[in-house]
Amino acid sequence: MKFLLFTPALALCLFATPSLGADYPVQDTPNSGGAGTVTQSDHNAYSLPLGNLPISRRLDFSVGNSFFRNPWVIAPSSTDARDGLGPLFNTNSCQGCHIKDGRGHPPAPGETAVSLFLRLSVPAGPDTDPQLLQQHGFVPAPVYGSQLQTAAIPGMKPEARLNIEWQLFEETLADGSKVELRRPQYRIDGPNYGALPEDLLISPRVAPPMIGLGLLEAIPEEAILAAADPDDLDGDGISGRANQVWDRIGQRTALGRFGLKAAEVSVMQQSMAAFAGDMGLSSNIVPDTDCTAAQECDRFADGGTPEVSDKIAAFVNFYAMSLAVPARRDMDNPAVQSGAKLFNEIGCAACHTPRHTTGTLADRPELSDQEIWPYTDLLLHDMGEGLADGRAEFLADGNEWRTPPLWGLGLTQQINPRAGFLHDGRARTLEEAILWHGGEAQATTERYRTLPAELRQSLLTFLNSL
Amino acid sequence: MARTFRYTTLALTISAAVLLSACDNNQDPVAQSPAATTSDAAQSQPADNTNATPAATAISEADVASHYADLAHAVYLDALTAAQALDKAIATLLAEPNEANLEAARQAWLQARIPYQQSEAFRFGNAVVDDWEGQLNAWPLDEGLIDYVAADDYQHELGNEGATANLIANQTLTIGGETLDASELSSQLLADLNEIGGSEANVATGYHAIEFLLWGQDLNGFEAGAGQRPVTDFVQGEACTNGNCDRRAAYLSAASELLVNDLQWMVGQWSADEAGNYRAELLALPTQDVFQKMLFGMGSLSLGELAGERMKVALEANSYEDEHDCFSDNTHNSHYYNGKGIQNIYLGSYQALDGSVTSGPSLSALVAEKNPELDQRLRDDLDSTMEALTVMKEAAEGESAMTFDMMIAPGNETGATIINDAIAALAQQTGSIEQVAAVVGVDSLQPDDAGHSF
Repeated sequence: MKFLLFTPALALCLFATPSLGADYPVQDTPNSGGAGTVTQSDHNAYSLPLGNLPISRRLDFSVGNSFFRNPWVIAPSSTDARDGLGPLFNTNSCQGCHIKDGRGHPPAPGETAVSLFLRLSVPAGPDTDPQLLQQHGFVPAPVYGSQLQTAAIPGMKPEARLNIEWQLFEETLADGSKVELRRPQYRIDGPNYGALPEDLLISPRVAPPMIGLGLLEAIPEEAILAAADPDDLDGDGISGRANQVWDRIGQRTALGRFGLKAAEVSVMQQSMAAFAGDMGLSSNIVPDTDCTAAQECDRFADGGTPEVSDKIAAFVNFYAMSLAVPARRDMDNPAVQSGAKLFNEIGCAACHTPRHTTGTLADRPELSDQEIWPYTDLLLHDMGEGLADGRAEFLADGNEWRTPPLWGLGLTQQINPRAGFLHDGRARTLEEAILWHGGEAQATTERYRTLPAELRQSLLTFLNSL
Repeated sequence: MARTFRYTTLALTISAAVLLSACDNNQDPVAQSPAATTSDAAQSQPADNTNATPAATAISEADVASHYADLAHAVYLDALTAAQALDKAIATLLAEPNEANLEAARQAWLQARIPYQQSEAFRFGNAVVDDWEGQLNAWPLDEGLIDYVAADDYQHELGNEGATANLIANQTLTIGGETLDASELSSQLLADLNEIGGSEANVATGYHAIEFLLWGQDLNGFEAGAGQRPVTDFVQGEACTNGNCDRRAAYLSAASELLVNDLQWMVGQWSADEAGNYRAELLALPTQDVFQKMLFGMGSLSLGELAGERMKVALEANSYEDEHDCFSDNTHNSHYYNGKGIQNIYLGSYQALDGSVTSGPSLSALVAEKNPELDQRLRDDLDSTMEALTVMKEAAEGESAMTFDMMIAPGNETGATIINDAIAALAQQTGSIEQVAAVVGVDSLQPDDAGHSF
């Protein structure tokens, strides 16, 4: 214990550089989600309504939960409100991927991929319709569209099967400790709608957690943009970029903040895009699913126009915006405290911005004016070759990923024991996740590698307390 | 099913208000109790709140906790008895499939629901029930998993984990690349299928599976009329309609057997005569923990489950698939008896199907000692809810009945009012439940996180 008291100071001396240091705040409250924080830490910890939601709105929450959790079915069906699934899809319920409102996971060998899918595209060229890029962010693959759908309704063939193989390798840290990492290799087998394009680009996406989304949406745009420094004008090695994406409702280009490459402006649009792409369900906001003309989806009955009514869309959005953030744990532990400082010192906080303050949302007082600790700047960062997917999305290039929030991190595997970290769930532990950080994070990762074991552990202990 | 609601902030706020006012009953700012309350019987609260228990406590907290377990036992025992009667009626039907026997089996099912729906108040807060109840009462039901459905989509290939397996028509089941042998429809096979793909939607067992087999799909939408399965669906041999009558009979029999077995097990969990069961574990906890489970059970069923999932969802989505007993159009009773179950726990009383009553030391009596106005208020709220549910029940019975699926039809303002009144009453009583929690020493209605999953 005493040793730990000296070492943060030692760390500061060893690793402080002019641009790092204790500029970032250290969380001083367990209420990571502000007044709506909940203090549960069992496997339901991600599924709770905001703690400050009034009774009447908790009712709305349970309605939304019902539509989030219950399966959507093939049309025609006696269940009119929930039919229209597919004909191509990845899952039949939101919960199917967002397991217990948490992360998905890569499939086990031989298992169908459900909570992980591949986004698809082909490279843009000089002849590409600029409006397509402006409104879609990339060029969908011919026939196969914007994502690979590995399930289909009877009578329809799924697009293909997804196969993942893992290459294991070892990294050695400065003190000689070894960490095993695994690199995924994706293979698309048995395409059912003709040959895949030669220049197909893929991007694996595992479902991210649902907590705190309403709070993230309530962070004022100016605050996010203020931290952007795409040309690294301040020379600190960090070049966060705001993604500018298509706002379907406003019919204009606007700041994106949701999704692994920040391609969606709001929870509502993200959710409707997910209904369409992941379940083949149309809504007024996203009337087209990922079925292309060549796949002849019109042969099948649909669930009405739209399949997801505005009312249901509103309930699902309310639900998704109202999932509470669970409180920090273990904050009195000296290892957590020293880890918190290290997090700031070695540079993690440069992108995983600890604190934000939400603005005022007229109809959502529970989300408004909250001090929150999401540990994200919601900006895009080059994470290096190791994590690159080589596939652009709006302004995000093939190396860039949006900084994910870290709140609730320590409960990840309580919620879904099979969950991994990073965009494709490849990292089985937090240490693996750290070691994959390259690009803008390279210097910070180097610092991590050279830390003595006890300090590395304190950083991990801190992360587990989130 | 949504099962957890955090009362923390609200409860703490309210508890602060109540504690401040508890010192002097005359100044309770929250009480709006009618004149005929027990104010003359109010115990004088000591001004020093650290000595909150009056000198002569008529009700022992331990007795209240223990009676709660007795109550659960009585309710589950009644559910078991009724399920056994149902099983018998089903056996009679399958031995001789005729209209009279089908009607008798349906009636037995309706009867069996009465105690079970009252037992649901024990679900939230008691993991032993919550983890088990899916096998008995899971819903919505994907009827395509079990039997033919109207759009005539018989399939052999699965688009998604079991969604359209039609177990009655298929000897094998292919899920996730694996083929399962469903040639023998035993209660064990059905129980195993409930875990398929971890999908809650794949419900092969329980009350609603049996209901579906007895009534068939309700194809009337928002119109009057329940499922109309012909009894010939159970006739063996040439007169069999819709195919596979042998498997359909086997399925129904297996599902009924499983239901009885499951209820038997739960009776054992609450029995005072068995060592090391859930009852033993429960009563070893501090009484405040038991009270928390009692109140959390009442509150969760009241707000999130009944008002939210079972009423508001159906109404807002105008979705008759979201009505609880959709095949039999018995939803009004399911809701009515859910409400009753909540009231039962507070009053510590249960009336069985045979008329016998179980009663004993209750939360109500305990609360009345500490805060009679609050006790009366919750009693009144519970009564108001039962009144609203009675309106719903009566509207759905008799001539020109308006069943729940008719009430939720778009544009049915009368129906919507009935349902919204019930929702409002349930929300109102939930507020009172939260206040009661504070009075009996429950710090927050949030269950402990010692590995329980609620």
